[in-house]
Amino acid sequence: MNRNIKVKAVVIVVVILVCIYGIIGLPKNKAELMANWKKNIHLGLDLSGGTQLVMQVQLQDAFKANADGVMERLKSELQKDNIPVTTIDRNDPNSLDTADKIEIDIKGIPLAKTSVFRSTVSDQDPDWILTPINTTDYKMTLKPTAALALKQDTMTQTMATIERKINALGLTESSVQPTGRSDAEAELLVQLPGVDDSAHIKQLLQTQAVLEWVEVKDGPYASRDEAMAKHGGILPLGTKLVPTVMRGGQQSWYLVSRNAVVRGTDIRDSRASQDQTGRWETSFVLNQDAAKKFENYTANNIGNKAAIVVDGQAIEVATIQSRISDSGRITGAPSQEEAADLALNLRAGSLPAGVVYEEERTVGPSLGQDSIREGFRAGIAGLLAVVIFMLVYYRRSGINATLALVLNAVILVAALSYFDATLTLPGIAGVILTIGMAVDSNVLIFERIREELRAGKAVVAAVDAGFSKAFATIVDTHVTTVVSCLFLFIFGTGPVKGFAVTLVIGLIANVFTAVFVSKTIFDWELSGKRQVTALSI
Amino acid sequence: MELFRNTNYDFLGKKWPFIILSLILTAAGLTSLAFKGGPRLGIDFRGGALITVTFAQRPPVDKVRAVLDAKGLNADVQEVQGKQDDIIGIDVREDKALQAARQTIVDSLDAAFGQPANGKVNINAVGASGLADALRVPLQSAGAGLADPQLVDLTNNIMEYRKQHSGLIHTIDDLRSVAGVTPKVLDVLKQATYPDPLAVVQVEVVGARIGAELQRKAILAVLYALGGMLVYIAFRFEWIYGAAAVVAVFHDTIITIGLFSLFNKEISLTVVAALLTLVGYSMNDTIVTFDRIRENLKILRREKLEPLINLSVNQTLSRTVLTSGLTLLTALALFLFGGQVLNGFSFALVCGIIVGTYSSVYVAAPILVFFNNFMESRKHPLSGGSSGPKVPVAPKAPVAPKTPVATPKVSKQNVRGGTAKVK
Repeated sequence: MNRNIKVKAVVIVVVILVCIYGIIGLPKNKAELMANWKKNIHLGLDLSGGTQLVMQVQLQDAFKANADGVMERLKSELQKDNIPVTTIDRNDPNSLDTADKIEIDIKGIPLAKTSVFRSTVSDQDPDWILTPINTTDYKMTLKPTAALALKQDTMTQTMATIERKINALGLTESSVQPTGRSDAEAELLVQLPGVDDSAHIKQLLQTQAVLEWVEVKDGPYASRDEAMAKHGGILPLGTKLVPTVMRGGQQSWYLVSRNAVVRGTDIRDSRASQDQTGRWETSFVLNQDAAKKFENYTANNIGNKAAIVVDGQAIEVATIQSRISDSGRITGAPSQEEAADLALNLRAGSLPAGVVYEEERTVGPSLGQDSIREGFRAGIAGLLAVVIFMLVYYRRSGINATLALVLNAVILVAALSYFDATLTLPGIAGVILTIGMAVDSNVLIFERIREELRAGKAVVAAVDAGFSKAFATIVDTHVTTVVSCLFLFIFGTGPVKGFAVTLVIGLIANVFTAVFVSKTIFDWELSGKRQVTALSI
Repeated sequence: MELFRNTNYDFLGKKWPFIILSLILTAAGLTSLAFKGGPRLGIDFRGGALITVTFAQRPPVDKVRAVLDAKGLNADVQEVQGKQDDIIGIDVREDKALQAARQTIVDSLDAAFGQPANGKVNINAVGASGLADALRVPLQSAGAGLADPQLVDLTNNIMEYRKQHSGLIHTIDDLRSVAGVTPKVLDVLKQATYPDPLAVVQVEVVGARIGAELQRKAILAVLYALGGMLVYIAFRFEWIYGAAAVVAVFHDTIITIGLFSLFNKEISLTVVAALLTLVGYSMNDTIVTFDRIRENLKILRREKLEPLINLSVNQTLSRTVLTSGLTLLTALALFLFGGQVLNGFSFALVCGIIVGTYSSVYVAAPILVFFNNFMESRKHPLSGGSSGPKVPVAPKAPVAPKTPVATPKVSKQNVRGGTAKVK
């Protein structure tokens, strides 16, 4: 065998092995093989069944809430500073576009108090700009940077809240993300594989999360059963068992008081911050009512544990170190991220803004199953017919074409697995076009070889000429399609993108299989014989 | 085995009937589109709701319609052939009303054709975790309490059974065959759950705003893609080739959309994917022919364009017929046996492959000829466009000096025309 062919053969075998590894890994038995296959090949919701929701976060709600808070504080500050005021009011922006046009109107500040009033406002609300309308009236608007930050905050908070609620249902494969459309900053895409009861999910997202700060009576336990056993199967009066959030697959249970010391609505603010030594902690501020209660409780329970429970799951269990009134810190966070997460959870008692559902798609798993089954069957039948025809029409060379086709499919599936791409119905359209063009490449080459043979060329020369002449055409057709895919990918939305991605992968694979692999097989077949006079084509 | 060998059909000689046919098809499609006020867009693009409900015993479609009419919903009800499914479409644009309407449909269908719950859980609507919650306590009180992992396994098995049986469990007794369902468990299932004889298997609700945007984006993406192809082909060949190829592809798309309109089929996002596929096929086909024309232009520099194109088409004929035939075979298989979800998709493919193959020969190639004749007639206004072999030479080809050759007598060997022969 020619050295050149050997090198090519090694390349081909390596590619095949890498691809097969990408698809099924290194399975030891059939069950493992199926498991790996399922893990590596992601089916889109339209094939596997599930629910997809696109929602628009009503950012104006967050702006109004922010303004309400400012107004509340301003009123009490003015009272404290003895500044009389006729009215404090705000406008009522009702759509996303007008959200940052929020405005607070303050009327009737006496001329004598102007400077005190101004300094009070600028001290208390640095995010707002105070503009005088006349000698006694003012309006306050939100700084553009602050407005932007508020928008982003609201979005992250909404996403975190939705994520937590969904995760509480045990839907681990679900995802919450921005739709990423440039002109739709307030849109979220929620994907819930395997869920076909979308009404239930929507209802769940609508309900407010319940955040409670409760006294820990006992724990932790390794399981619910262990906790029950410890208390003889009956829980003490006024207590309940709560699980902690899963961390690294570990979960423990605590026995806590049913009565909450502090509720989510009592928490005014919470941030991640650093102490003097640079360790991360989470600080929080309570409203005045809660502060009194909390002060009493902490004074009596120094050294005891308290749990922060959100929607029935303990997100944090901390030991009370000292008396806390309106503001406190939770220390011991291992990283900034964890401290920030906790802060987010403390703030994110409920969705900070309402959501409007813009799109909802639910495919029952059975329908997805049916469409896969039927589509798969039809596709296989069609492919078989193609293969049989190629074998009859091109005889031995038909085997070449079939090998190239199969290898093309293997590479395509492997690439999808390596790129973590999701296979959807439009993606299958891309696969079909790929197969069509793969068949076409083979036919083009073979017809060209036949033509060269008819023109009287020797077999080896005819094969070489056939490949090199068809190659120009194949490059043109493939590059044209790749160019169009590029545009589809840049400008298209989800499904159109999926089509473009699978098609580009398939076309690249096709140039490799139909030209490189097929030519190598031909060369190998021809190199064995000294004098080739006939080619089975 | 060979089907075509040294054919020499005079394709372009008979171009007029086909061009007229193309025009008629295009006109028919456009008329149908105009008559119906544009293509019939799926809810992906116009906004609305689409709900697929499967029944144990499908009620007559009129009855379903009557139930929905009574609720004041102007719904369009369609039966799915060969299945116990109905597809219900409503045309509501406003987001909140849409959500409400969707709920009303499900509720009123359940009231009319379903079973009363009587405090039980509908096993055809509940999810695995919901079912586990519903069974946990009853199983314990029946003395068949399960630890959580086993309970999860059991409910997953039941859900899998439902999935394999078109999403509907007919009677609880059917579950006897499911792994983990012991007679005791079956009793508990009967106590705690009931099988509603209908289930919602698919819901699509798209707000009008998103729909309009999806529509705009899809059209833009396709137009840009066409533009990109035009530029590439113009760069590889000549601009007129790019233009001809894009016109041909455009022609195919219009005819296919027209056929959708004629057959009253909906254009959904999946169909758009199919349209993109047919654009790919058609473009592929056209380029193969063009490539051959370019190659022949290098070899037969003195040949006139029309016979040269004829020759090229004949040379690539076996490839064209084989490729199109084989891909059409696959598309037909999908269309006939691929099921309801792929129906619109495969319909577009079948139409597209046929039209796309034909357009390479009878749309793209004639444009080259017409353009060539036009350029000739401008150069030689007196000879009426019948002389001179000015043919577009691809810039990438090793270009021979373009000396205007005096009217060449085309050698007999090169004249492919007149009588068609199959050898």
